[in-house]
Amino acid sequence: MFKYIVKRILLAVVTIWAVATLTFFLMNLVPGGPFLSEKAISPQAQAALEAKYGLDKPMSQRYVNYMMGALHGDFGDSLKQRGRTVMSIISMKFPVSARVGGISVLVALILGIPLGSIAALKRGKPADSIISVIATCGIAVPSFVICTVLMYFVGVKLGLLPTMGLESAKHYVMPVIALSFYPTAYIMRLMRSSMLDVLGQDYMRTARAKGLAGGKILFKHALRNAILPVVTYVGPMLAYTITGSFVVEKIFVIPGLGGEFIKAINGRDYTLIMGTTIFLATLVIVMNVVVDIVYKLVDPRIKLK
Amino acid sequence: MISQECGNCAAVEQSVILADIKERYDTTMKENPLSFQLKLRPEDFLPASEEEKQSQVIMRESVSFWKDGMRRLRRNKVAMVSLVVIVLVMIFSFIVPMFYPYSYKDQIKGANSLAPMEYSAEEQARIDAGEKVFPHVFGTDKMGRDYAIRVMMGSRISLLVGLVATGIILIIGSAYGSIAAFFGGWVDLVMMRIVDIIYTIPDILLIVLLSFALKDPLGRLATVPGFHWLNTVGENLVSIFVVFALLYWVGMARMVRSQVLMLKESEYVTAARALGVGNGRIIRKHLLTNCIGTLIVTTTLQIPSSIFTESFLSFLGMGVAVPLPSLGSLASDALNGINTYPYLLFIPAVLISLIILSFNLLGDGLRDAFDPKLKN
Repeated sequence: MFKYIVKRILLAVVTIWAVATLTFFLMNLVPGGPFLSEKAISPQAQAALEAKYGLDKPMSQRYVNYMMGALHGDFGDSLKQRGRTVMSIISMKFPVSARVGGISVLVALILGIPLGSIAALKRGKPADSIISVIATCGIAVPSFVICTVLMYFVGVKLGLLPTMGLESAKHYVMPVIALSFYPTAYIMRLMRSSMLDVLGQDYMRTARAKGLAGGKILFKHALRNAILPVVTYVGPMLAYTITGSFVVEKIFVIPGLGGEFIKAINGRDYTLIMGTTIFLATLVIVMNVVVDIVYKLVDPRIKLK
Repeated sequence: MISQECGNCAAVEQSVILADIKERYDTTMKENPLSFQLKLRPEDFLPASEEEKQSQVIMRESVSFWKDGMRRLRRNKVAMVSLVVIVLVMIFSFIVPMFYPYSYKDQIKGANSLAPMEYSAEEQARIDAGEKVFPHVFGTDKMGRDYAIRVMMGSRISLLVGLVATGIILIIGSAYGSIAAFFGGWVDLVMMRIVDIIYTIPDILLIVLLSFALKDPLGRLATVPGFHWLNTVGENLVSIFVVFALLYWVGMARMVRSQVLMLKESEYVTAARALGVGNGRIIRKHLLTNCIGTLIVTTTLQIPSSIFTESFLSFLGMGVAVPLPSLGSLASDALNGINTYPYLLFIPAVLISLIILSFNLLGDGLRDAFDPKLKN
């Protein structure tokens, strides 16, 4: 187990390095630069700016400098937001996205797992049909459609909830619904199919035959086995959701990391792009390792190698 | 086989054999009533007569993989309804615009922001003068363009992106996945690590960077004779295809890899190799043909996911270029006027949900029909 984790962490470091390298060169090869779009900037001022941030140096040297800095935990200053480091921007924006995203994932799990299980247990009954229809429609509706429909009916027509910002608990309701819609539907489908699979297994019949109580069968035998695919899905999904959804943040004007990332890409804020990409990649990879370890805890039959 | 003309010789032959058997064996041997031995009589060893042979003829035609799957699919009402919806949407977006009196980019003077079925003052005057004017079924947008034709063109673009991108994904993904699985070992390790890396880089970053990077080369390519069609299609649309091709094959590759890993241990692969069949041919003729069920299903489910991604990109303003509409960009444009003209938003939103839903349901139906192992 220990050996396995060490191996996974080493592999993760290599992957993060590869992602960072690929992003660095791709980003720099693309035409355009951080100081080109600014209005009325004299060539001298531009050259001075480039010199200040080391953009006048050849690409290979910049790469080495950046990587050395990153190894020491220095991700540089933002090129567009003067006087602020990349770390300070991420640490300011990430908690906002993480709060909205975290609540959404929680909602998706709380709704998705029980509803999916109920659908499987009541297979063919009306409850199953209703849940399946909801789940099928749920994965077919893009998030921007949900956002705009919610905003129009709940926010504008009925005036029940505020449509912008994140000041109070009320502000969270619509973004959370919009963000958790797809994962809830997906988890319901996953849970239903894996539960149906588990319910047909021999050990379920054995458990029932030896007279175990219904609740115990459900929680100790069925749920524990059926939840594995959900764990696989939720790991990376959590990483993507807490780093901010571009659409939801744009529509509900949430000052999160997702919107910041889009702004950085469009403005060629090289250091911020690098910082955010490395941050996101690390989160996704860490989540994948966590998923593997959780797997082992949930299902002792799985051998990690 | 006994031919018709020699019916006589057959009868003669039969009697000879029967006599021979009678001669050799004592057919009156006493039987033990408790014996488990088969109760065989000499007659059982005679060549089959014509009637007996008839009973061996297979009356029903053998059902092929395709026929069997299609039969199961046809019985699935939900899947058939979705298929009809998809065909209708395709007619709506590919054929109807040819006969439609308005164009998606023409701005009609004085017809800004009309409600559905409303006419502009000028058009009303023409109607009063006895002329026939085609109604604006979905109204017009704020630039005075007929909205119905824009929705049709938008769904055409969305469908095109979905279908073409999925085709590219299918080719790259199945080739990559099967090669990784077939050769195994370090080839597999390296290839799957590359997949992991592509999976980990935020796709929005790659999409934006690649579409910027491709703009110049594609623009130059469009001036080369033979590539002028690039201008009509639009650089952005082509770069979306390229980006999809570079990014989204990873899911397909993983799926195919897991199938091929299982299939490559089969006896027929060993047999093919023993016969001296080359690796490429084994992959194409034996492995990929045997995961055709999975391929069909994954492809069909990839189409809505491509449409989904394109609409999301267009919504963020990174998709097709103006004035070409896609369902996502139509919804995005309508967002500003949501209070006054909500139908401008709801029409493309409902249409895109309908398209994605139908493809998903058809995909589910195809999976039940062609890959029953994956059912539930």
